Amino acid sequence: MSDEPNKGLLSPLRRKLLMGMAAVPAITMLPRASFAQAPATSAVNTTGLAVTDTEVTVGILHSATGTMAISETGSIEAEKLAIEQINAAGGVLGRKIKFIQEDGASDWPTFAEKAKKLLVNDKVAAIMGCWTSASRKAVLPVMEQYNGMLYYPTFYEGLEQSKNVIYTGQEATQQILAGLNWIAKEKGAKSFFFIGSDYIWPRTSNKIARKHVENVLKGKVVGEEYYPLGNTQFNSVINKIKLTKPDVIFTDVVGGSNVAFYKQLKAAGIDLSKQALLTISVTEDEIDGIGGENIAGAYACMKYFQSLDNPNNKAFVPAFKKAWGEKTVIGDVTQAAYLGPWLWKLTVEKAGSFDVDKIAAASPGVEFKGAPEGYVRIHENHHLWSKTRVGRAKLDGQFELIYETADLVEPDPFPKGYQ
Amino acid sequence: MIINSRFFNRSELIGFIVLAAVLFVILPLSLDVFRLNLVAKYLTYAFVALGLVLCWGYGGILSLGQGVFFGLGGYCMAMFLKLEASSVENTKIQSTPGIPDFMDWNQITSLPLFWQPFHSLTFTILAIILVPGLFALIIGTAMFKRRVGGTYFAIITQAVAAILTILIVGQQGYTGGINGMTDLRTLKGWDIRPDHAKVILYFVEVVLLFACIGIAQFIRLTKLGRILVAMREQEDRVRFSGYSVANFKIFAFCMAAVFAAIGGAMFALNVGFMSPSFVGIVPSIEMVIYTAVGGRMSIFGAIWGAILVNFAKTSLSESFPQLWLFGLGALFIAVVLAFPNGLSGLWADYVQPRIDRLFASRKRKPGWNDNSVADGAPAE
Repeated sequence: MSDEPNKGLLSPLRRKLLMGMAAVPAITMLPRASFAQAPATSAVNTTGLAVTDTEVTVGILHSATGTMAISETGSIEAEKLAIEQINAAGGVLGRKIKFIQEDGASDWPTFAEKAKKLLVNDKVAAIMGCWTSASRKAVLPVMEQYNGMLYYPTFYEGLEQSKNVIYTGQEATQQILAGLNWIAKEKGAKSFFFIGSDYIWPRTSNKIARKHVENVLKGKVVGEEYYPLGNTQFNSVINKIKLTKPDVIFTDVVGGSNVAFYKQLKAAGIDLSKQALLTISVTEDEIDGIGGENIAGAYACMKYFQSLDNPNNKAFVPAFKKAWGEKTVIGDVTQAAYLGPWLWKLTVEKAGSFDVDKIAAASPGVEFKGAPEGYVRIHENHHLWSKTRVGRAKLDGQFELIYETADLVEPDPFPKGYQ
Repeated sequence: MIINSRFFNRSELIGFIVLAAVLFVILPLSLDVFRLNLVAKYLTYAFVALGLVLCWGYGGILSLGQGVFFGLGGYCMAMFLKLEASSVENTKIQSTPGIPDFMDWNQITSLPLFWQPFHSLTFTILAIILVPGLFALIIGTAMFKRRVGGTYFAIITQAVAAILTILIVGQQGYTGGINGMTDLRTLKGWDIRPDHAKVILYFVEVVLLFACIGIAQFIRLTKLGRILVAMREQEDRVRFSGYSVANFKIFAFCMAAVFAAIGGAMFALNVGFMSPSFVGIVPSIEMVIYTAVGGRMSIFGAIWGAILVNFAKTSLSESFPQLWLFGLGALFIAVVLAFPNGLSGLWADYVQPRIDRLFASRKRKPGWNDNSVADGAPAE
């Protein structure tokens, strides 16, 4: 608040006026106090980013329209909430965060175009955004070419690492391995059936899962099937499941296909309280569409559940609901999106600068103790150390925490022996 | 072949000069490189719109599958660029260096045979023209020789668009799947990403566009163009007069396909990206919308349609990230309801008469308005 009277004080025009009218005594009486805590813009921004004495601009780049809007809305909401909270707590280096929101429209080249617009035209200091791997792959060359900073929230397939991206979600090994270990031990599972949507994330995830099942758990993969995005006919694969009787059904079916898959599974008489099913693609958001009664009993392997019982989450969930409505649910990715602005703020303060190069260099080791998932730390490879958790879906659409790793799991985007 | 004594009539000459002035002088001087690159992206759709004027506006063949040809041209270019970007030193971290990254993710260990020729730029340029051209020839021959036309043809082109998308998405090891081909970097060692390269590519594209305008205008003015229009109005009469209607339709369809493919190739160069989201049904219909908004009877109208609709898309989505699609939809409905002949119809009805009046006092040369028949709206 105390910044308000000084708005634009150091603008070039004002500076000229100051010099020209130095003799006028009244000028010297303008308040200057509030600059004491905020370092000068010229010192914290040497690369021409959109940083003024009172404001810093960041971009939010998600799909607000199109097929992905249903998934990405949660991320937009979480990022806006985080920005609001940071501003209420005094902003970043004494500057309020202002955001420019752009719509990627579920269309990957549009993501690239908008990312470029945010970096080149708006000179944003960082971008919180992208959701699908495809959109990230489209945006990545732009971030690297124009030296931007992207905070990417989704759990993803790994095989990527960039100076210009902080991955706040889990890469594949962080999500899969601990969950498979747990279910193998808990259920004595030996045979697995993989079902996924047909694109890079499920394929890579299943490749890692298969190696782990075969080489580490000494189990067997009895089936591996892929369906196009948006597919709604799963009867043939359900028949195969009935024939092969796997100990565990391991799924990474995404989006709307989930609704059909779980309904047909139930209709085919597969009872998830008896047949173990481990999914890495269903969060509270998806259950909203699937319906709790269709998926109750299934296990999900994530790093965050809305039902987590820790002080951070107990503050986060009510704040989120207060901002976006009682009925909203918070899934794994929404929480990861919430981390983005906070990690960026902490990194900027550690680096003492908004410059992307300095932020990239300062990122490793930055820790966020207020994370709703508990505690996270950025690894040298720009991914997060975080715990893996297994939850069991309940009738009310929430997950009950069943298992969590004792320690943070190290991110390993290029896992040896799993390629 | 009978060609009119003048290549452009007066109103077309005005259209030509305005477009040339805007694209060659005004936009490059007034826009920064980022916006100029966006215009280059819009112009890639102008190629498609130009093809649709020939094939739909003049020939009366509505194709809802132009995205297929745009995509084929784009993918041919992208394959060449992707191979160049996937040199052994760029892809050291892969299990198999030297092949595109998406192949590596999909456990493909050597470059597939059909990728091999795309190491050559000459082959690539030929492929950009010939692959879509031949594909259009096959579809066209199969359809038009059997006298499949109108709505049925539109539906089939749409099915082809759906099939090609599914094929590309499904064969992700060979095509990059839904991610498409990203991170295209250099053309024969020349980096296509920095600002000065974008400016050069923009001018190359504008020159190509004008070359295509020239070809389209030439076709329109020859006897061939007349037959196309006659076919659109009364197909049977043309057939009874002894012309092979099918061959003319195939020709128009192939031309439209080649124009679309050139647009697609320029898209891959300018945007550095190609994905199945330009091949499917939705983008194909959008391309028809650009043409309809601009005016399917008018070469320049359709080009303006492509530029303006895309410009509206960008600026609306920047200003209203959540509501812009509604705004765009309303714009389309308004244009189609109020001006069924698109922007060029608006021009012909309101602006042209004034210009004519301005010139009315001058002496009229005989024959300057010879094209009025071809310019007319269809009778239906």
